[in-house]
Amino acid sequence: MNKFDIQIREDGDHAVIETAGYLNDSLGEQLSEKARELIKNGYTQLVINLEKTTLINSIGISILIEIIEALHEREGALNFCGLSDTQERTFRMMALAKYAGIFPDEESAIANL
Amino acid sequence: MSDTEKHVILTIPMHPDMELAAAKTASVLAELMDFGEGEVEEIQLAIIETCINAFEHSQSDDQEVHIDFLLKDDELQFKVTDRGVGISPDTLDGRRLLGSPGIHTDLRKRGRGLQIIKTLMDEVDIESSPNGTTVSVIKRKRRTEET
Repeated sequence: MNKFDIQIREDGDHAVIETAGYLNDSLGEQLSEKARELIKNGYTQLVINLEKTTLINSIGISILIEIIEALHEREGALNFCGLSDTQERTFRMMALAKYAGIFPDEESAIANL
Repeated sequence: MSDTEKHVILTIPMHPDMELAAAKTASVLAELMDFGEGEVEEIQLAIIETCINAFEHSQSDDQEVHIDFLLKDDELQFKVTDRGVGISPDTLDGRRLLGSPGIHTDLRKRGRGLQIIKTLMDEVDIESSPNGTTVSVIKRKRRTEET
């Protein structure tokens, strides 16, 4: 459950960050660092693929909000994909869906950036 | 306790990621009770948030969280207790305020564990005193046609 990993795929004007494991403060900080690095390098169109992310706690969600804010400051965009029904419900409750897209798969998340 | 009710008691240290031990136990119990896959995930997330709140706010000397699961026919209850200094629901509700003031105040003010617990579970009750806090949670099974 807690084996975590982050993969980055850069492609043209966008980048995909794929996380695996339990998205808590520890993995969240690593994710935030990767996202900040991508933004610094000019990637303001990001997809976060959470298909392999087993659980996301409220601190992880808070860190995702920070990434959304960083992208909005640069007029960028963030789409999520691969969420479970519970994760999507939680994201909508926490208002993430107002500022980031939620899509079933990576292909549609990229297409809608 | 009736014949159909079963207690499972777990104590975890207030240590990073130990909330996963509670989540794993809750997951096994919920699966044994035939909760649906989505409900199991909801229960896991709720107990994670409850434990994290205790880790962050209790200031207990023993640095332990005590969890009492009660398995009934159609519902799973769990009580998460710490022997800390007590906490108000308002404090629980605002445990992580993010970043500097900026454009998305409505996002920032929502980073709340208790809000998640209340949304995903059927009943949530908090009892707190200077001797500690107990958060009691009930999750009822959805009817088959709803799962």
